[in-house]
Amino acid sequence: MNMMSDTMSATACLLQMADEHFELEDYQSGVPRWCTGCGDNAILAAVQRLCRDEALRPEKTVFVSGIGCSSRFPHYMKTYGFHGIHGRALPVAEGVKMARPDLTVFVNTGDGDCTSIGAAHWIHAIRYNMNLTVFLHDNQIYGLTKKQASPTSPIGTRSNTTPRGSYLEALNPLTVTLGVQNVSFVAQAADWIPEVLFDIVKAAYHHKGLSFVRIIQRCPEWLPKALDPWMHDPNKVQLLHHDDGLQLSTGLSRVYKNQLEHDPMNIDRAREIASGHETIPVGILYRNPAVPCYEDLRYSDKLRTPDLTRAGLNAELDKYTVWPQEAKEKVA
Amino acid sequence: MNEMIIEKSTKKTGNKAKAAAGKKAAIKLKEHIVEIISDSGEGAQKCGQSLGAIAAQMGNGIWTTEIIPAEIRPPARSVAGASGNRIRIGAGYITNGGDETDLVVAFNEQVLLGRVRAKELKPNCVILLESMWRSHSDQKIVASYIETHDRLVAAGYKVYEIPMEQECKKIVADAKRGKNMFALGMLCYLYSLELKLGADQIVLAFGKKDQSVVDANIKLLEAGHKWAEANLDFCYSIPAVRSTEPQLVVNGNTAIALGVLASGMEICAMYPITPATSASHYLSEVFEKVGGMVHQAEDEIAACAFAIGASYAGKCTITITSGPGYSLKQEAIGLAVMGEIPLVVVNVQRGGPSTGQPTKMEQGDLMTAIFGSHGDAPKVVLAPGTIEECFYSIITARKIAETFNMVVVVLTDAALATSQQPFPRPKFSETWMAPPVDQSPVAAGAKPYDWDETTGLARRFIPGQPGGMHTLTGLAHDRDSHVAYDAEINEQTLRFRSLKLAALQKTLKAPPVFGDPKGDLLVVGWGSTKGAIEEAVASMRAEGKKVSSMHLQFLQPLPPGIKEIMQGFKKVMTIESNWSDRPEDQIIDENNRRYSALAILLRSRYLVDVDCWSEVKGQPIKPGTMRRVMSEKLKKH
Ligand SMILES: Cc1ncc(C[n+]2csc(CCOP(=O)(O)OP(=O)(O)O)c2C)c(N)n1
Ligand code: SF4
Ligand SMILES: [Mg+2]
Repeated sequence: MNMMSDTMSATACLLQMADEHFELEDYQSGVPRWCTGCGDNAILAAVQRLCRDEALRPEKTVFVSGIGCSSRFPHYMKTYGFHGIHGRALPVAEGVKMARPDLTVFVNTGDGDCTSIGAAHWIHAIRYNMNLTVFLHDNQIYGLTKKQASPTSPIGTRSNTTPRGSYLEALNPLTVTLGVQNVSFVAQAADWIPEVLFDIVKAAYHHKGLSFVRIIQRCPEWLPKALDPWMHDPNKVQLLHHDDGLQLSTGLSRVYKNQLEHDPMNIDRAREIASGHETIPVGILYRNPAVPCYEDLRYSDKLRTPDLTRAGLNAELDKYTVWPQEAKEKVA
Repeated sequence: MNEMIIEKSTKKTGNKAKAAAGKKAAIKLKEHIVEIISDSGEGAQKCGQSLGAIAAQMGNGIWTTEIIPAEIRPPARSVAGASGNRIRIGAGYITNGGDETDLVVAFNEQVLLGRVRAKELKPNCVILLESMWRSHSDQKIVASYIETHDRLVAAGYKVYEIPMEQECKKIVADAKRGKNMFALGMLCYLYSLELKLGADQIVLAFGKKDQSVVDANIKLLEAGHKWAEANLDFCYSIPAVRSTEPQLVVNGNTAIALGVLASGMEICAMYPITPATSASHYLSEVFEKVGGMVHQAEDEIAACAFAIGASYAGKCTITITSGPGYSLKQEAIGLAVMGEIPLVVVNVQRGGPSTGQPTKMEQGDLMTAIFGSHGDAPKVVLAPGTIEECFYSIITARKIAETFNMVVVVLTDAALATSQQPFPRPKFSETWMAPPVDQSPVAAGAKPYDWDETTGLARRFIPGQPGGMHTLTGLAHDRDSHVAYDAEINEQTLRFRSLKLAALQKTLKAPPVFGDPKGDLLVVGWGSTKGAIEEAVASMRAEGKKVSSMHLQFLQPLPPGIKEIMQGFKKVMTIESNWSDRPEDQIIDENNRRYSALAILLRSRYLVDVDCWSEVKGQPIKPGTMRRVMSEKLKKH
């Protein structure tokens, strides 16, 4: 009986493979437990749409995350998921990708997860430049642990550990990323501009290499007003566009008049734009498809069959073997 | 002043190398311990390794031990700077480094002094000492040399002064490069080893360089041999019975790397740390040829997470480290336990805590291996006791990890890592390898954690398997891998993960007893102390003492039958190289004494009064020391 159902599901699967058409619900799993109005919901919607539009095979797709509100993301995807430990999403994802370059791997990480506890991995992930799509859900606060300042909290942010306001200037994830050797894709999105968010998510997915997308994300629970100045004044959002970057729709252009033509190949200009204070840039800051991917440099295309292993092992053993006299004489 | 000293010393020197000593009959020995020491970078290590390999080729039993200074380049001629190798050569099988040294070749008197102070030399040890320092331009050096020399002679050592530098300079301009081969030639003569085998070693080592290097080294080797024959008035032979089976001669780290290759594992993630790194060095090279990759991560946390990610998505993966790195991996190890991801973690133990003694031997991580990571995180812990077991333990570890979806920790130590011992050349079996990654569709309704009620076992779904989609999580989770908010589910899954250890335990056999199954004293050990314990027990038994030993390879779970074995003895004690409070200390009593790790485990599990004795001197406990400890234990009430 078991065999029957196995065969049946195998057939079902083959049929499914032949017909590469998916609906949104093929990627939806459970009801997200994020607060109402949480920016993570918008990110989830954009990503599920991407999966559907690109017809990503759910069994060949993996979402890897750390710990935090945002790191619950994989649970809401009907793909494979890996909800690991705080700060270590990137090295886990690198391992997945190295073992299985055939899988499409996404990473969801919070600002604490990525830029604080996982900061070392972040720098090195940029340098490895593996073909991963990384979403930094940057709500500028520790959400899950109930409102502590994060490295990206603007100076003066009142939190449970900085009741009089945070003391240090915020770390800028864009300039940090753009400063790392081998950086190949950096973009910034805002959860409240879904159209651009989707276009960026899509561009990130299509980039071969590590695409780093910082998504400015609302946390109405702990910082309800923090993003108001940018949400209420579209001129404080600078949309980046280019023939090789995003193309802005007329609808969008009507609302967001502060636009800048920016060539994503120009890293010096990208660093300048990323360093701006008053307005927040939204769009693709940098893209360089020519940077080699670590898995391409390192993945062994030698399929390790038992025969190959036997031959390899024996060749090594030969170096250290003391043969009995007779055997040696025979060889000689 | 100086002249006086020299004069005095010439008078005292009883063993000045005699000109044209002529061939003397070789003194037959059962075994000897030889060491070659120099400043680091002078090639004593290479000389010692080659001597070991040659003796093994002759069919002798050997055990080589590296002598490593703590610093990469300690100052020249310093007492703490001895670098070299120690080779115990025997007529039969040798299982450990043995007691003190019988013969030492020293390139300067300072490194020699270090070894004397560490009490590493037998009282009447033969010393072959480079004599160039006697005529050095720096008078301080001359004085120091002469003083040391004279003291050693007075203390009863048989010191032979050898003009190694001078002899080598007849062949090469820079005697620093090649003195070690001259020394090797001397030793080949002294131990009646075939010179041709020495030349083979040189070809093996320098074969890739140009022929002139090979030729020069062979000339030096021959010169050393000739010089010793002409000038030394003694030589030895250690007759050997050549094994009929091919033997492999590697150190423990190489054996581990070979085990990784043989097990079919293809990814090793690591971060450099002494004394584990050489395993990854070797593996890096091998993988380039055979397929696979060593990932040098940004730190040990990343290495462990990388290995976990790779295991989760494919075949079981390995991460190799030592103490401090092992500490860093703890949280990630807990994740692998919780997610039931197969993983092999090798901890080549060194002296701890903290940075401790990076190059020294210690067995301090047993408790961390078993109980490390917060919460109840059951994992399997294996400890190979020989170089051969280093190889096979990795194959076993891979298999257990994948069968039980568990973390398997393999504990070796700095002594195993750097020691060489021949063992029968492994014959590859396909069953050592992991099957290909399962990509077949998952039956409808199957759950990612379908724990078996009896064994706790569940299969795992691997990305790529249609129908198996789920999110693995380090949070408490149910059979669907959904986050469990219900504490009862957490308790159930704690049970399942723990049952897997019991299921494994049911497949294990009782450990063998070395010696009679009943007697006055049972010594229990684990890891690299095996050879020395058994040697000590054998010699006690030869004196009629009723002592036996039991060596545990599985530390978690402990195999069945241990209690019954212990009950066959009047006294039971462990001998370990980790800290235990000394009962003779004034404020130590039965209520506050901290026992050694294995003793704690045995006492708590079996309610048997297991005593312990430990020494944490950074090097293997000598069989002679163990004999003394056993005798004392037998005498005590
Ligand atoms: C090693 C470790 N330290 C601390 C925590 C507690 N912790 C969980 S999430 C979190 C921060 C979450 O902030 P962020 O990464 O910004 O994610 P968000 O919740 O805002 O999405 C912390 C400190 C943990 N889980 N593990
Ligand atoms: S606390 Fe903030 S980040 Fe977390 S779910 Fe609520 S709104 Fe979102
Ligand atoms: Mg956050």
